[in-house]
Amino acid sequence: MSELTLLLIRLAFLAVLWFFVIAAVGVIRTDLFGSRTAPAGGRKSAKPAKPVVKPKSKKGEPRQLIVTGGPLQGTTINLTETPITIGRANDATLVVTDDYASSRHARLFPQDGQWIVEDLGSTNGTYLDRSKVTRPTPVPLGVPIRVGKTVIELRK
Amino acid sequence: MSEAAVDPVPMPAKRRGAQLFMLALAVVIVMGAYANVGLAMDGQIPAGMLTYGLGLGGLMLAAYLVLAKFAPWADPLILPLVTVINGLGLVMIYRLEAGGMPLASATNQIMWTAVGVVMFTVTLIVLRDHRALQRLTYTAGAVGMVLLALPAVLPGSISEVQGAKIWIRFGDFASIQPGEFAKLLLVVFFAGYLVAKRDVLALAGRRLLFIDLPRARDLGPVLVTWGLSLLVLVFEKDLGTSLLLFGTFIAMLYIATQRTSWVLIGVLLFVGGAYMAGLVFDHVGARFDAWLDPANPIHYGNADICQQDPPGDPMCSKSYQIMQGLFGFGAGGILGTGLAQGHPDEIPLSFSDFIFAATGEELGLTGLMALLMIYALLVERGLRTGLAARDPFSKLLAGGLSFILAWQVFIIVGGVTNLIPLTGLVTPFMSQGGSALLANWILIALLVRMSDAARRPPPQAIQNEGLTQVFQR
Repeated sequence: MSELTLLLIRLAFLAVLWFFVIAAVGVIRTDLFGSRTAPAGGRKSAKPAKPVVKPKSKKGEPRQLIVTGGPLQGTTINLTETPITIGRANDATLVVTDDYASSRHARLFPQDGQWIVEDLGSTNGTYLDRSKVTRPTPVPLGVPIRVGKTVIELRK
Repeated sequence: MSEAAVDPVPMPAKRRGAQLFMLALAVVIVMGAYANVGLAMDGQIPAGMLTYGLGLGGLMLAAYLVLAKFAPWADPLILPLVTVINGLGLVMIYRLEAGGMPLASATNQIMWTAVGVVMFTVTLIVLRDHRALQRLTYTAGAVGMVLLALPAVLPGSISEVQGAKIWIRFGDFASIQPGEFAKLLLVVFFAGYLVAKRDVLALAGRRLLFIDLPRARDLGPVLVTWGLSLLVLVFEKDLGTSLLLFGTFIAMLYIATQRTSWVLIGVLLFVGGAYMAGLVFDHVGARFDAWLDPANPIHYGNADICQQDPPGDPMCSKSYQIMQGLFGFGAGGILGTGLAQGHPDEIPLSFSDFIFAATGEELGLTGLMALLMIYALLVERGLRTGLAARDPFSKLLAGGLSFILAWQVFIIVGGVTNLIPLTGLVTPFMSQGGSALLANWILIALLVRMSDAARRPPPQAIQNEGLTQVFQR
């Protein structure tokens, strides 16, 4: 085997080794920036848009959700038409890092001008004021909702 | 599994195609290296090429199929990256054995690789939910410490090989290094323990200058681990494992509490302990001498005794091995001498502790950098798994396992390149040695299991209307 052939083989081997590294980085890149992530848009548009008949905001209707206790204290979320999920899961609206909260702990959604709190089968329960939420319950203004160590309130 | 089950939040896809492609490329690289060795040594492709190629390919295909069935959402890169490293290690050992290196045995290593892959699949199949390990926190801790301490307690005839008391030998042919498995168990223990105790360790304490000092009574676990690692150092003469364990504990403590003071305390304790050990124990002191001034004739010394065949007294020269390794790196240069065209057989133990020097000589800086990149990517995937994991135990376990891999590579590569004092540790997946290979394949199976759990899309909420705004602090 001539020197030259061996030199070429050596260089080719190193090149292929680096190609492997670069290909691996390429896989990570597409993973991060998602050229093949789920076609979220397509799925959403397939659903018929719900006709939302919502009167203009009346007086006494909550506009803000405020975290009054727990590690996220001080966080506010403006209330819109969309429901709010609370939990440890990364895609929850309010992501709480709290050992006492479940990943999908509770949900708040508007209905007929009222906000309803619903427990999503959490381990430690959701409390409205002092009582445990067992079924979807309307939330009055300024009444604390307790999820693990986090306390939230609806405000105007 | 339909794509429609995926959340609007960008979720990783399974990337089966990418994984298969990378795996095939990995096998091709290993076979290319094998052919290269044959071409350079005898001028022809080695005879067993097809068998080995099909064997390795089949083994990895089986591992892939098990992974696709039992951990479908797992990270697509972990398996291919490990395949390349393990395969290149095999080729180097084959090359050293063919080059007449005593004790190097490619057949043994191939067998252990196969056993390792089988353990990988068994772990994936048996362990469906890694959080089951959290229930075994203290069991894992106790078993880990027993395994770690066992060689120290056993008589030297059973446990001592070349000055290090880290073995358990069964007869003349079989021996295991229980410390390799103890590492895994202790990481599980650290993760479970820190999940339970991290609030106390993170929050209590006073602030002094810029550092949050922990309370004196919370120093307990750090001091216990420190003591344990010193005992390993003293009774088993195993500087590497000692550094590995203590470093991993400190890193996991840092991951759990985010307090720099722990790292500071850990570093101070270890430096103090190592310095004292260096003064008191000859074998540790010799390592320091060799590190600080390897080329000094006082330490390099009677190199000709070391060159005898069979090798003479292991204490013939403190720095002979390091210097031979450094000469190897130098001979390799940027592009290397080419596989099977250098003289890595000049380096003592170049099939195990010094395999990185052997690889450096033949693949050069270019090849070493690629290899280190592959290790780095593997560790990155592990840490990424930790970031994506949804519960604190998984986060700590994934972080700890990735760190122990990275730390191990750093300690041995740093030692071989004379960046830090040389400590005998295996280069993960490359060095010859069944226990380490087996333990590391199990480690990889745990990472794969966790990355599957972390990347699996969460179950859908009961009603999911439209996008929600994500709020996080």
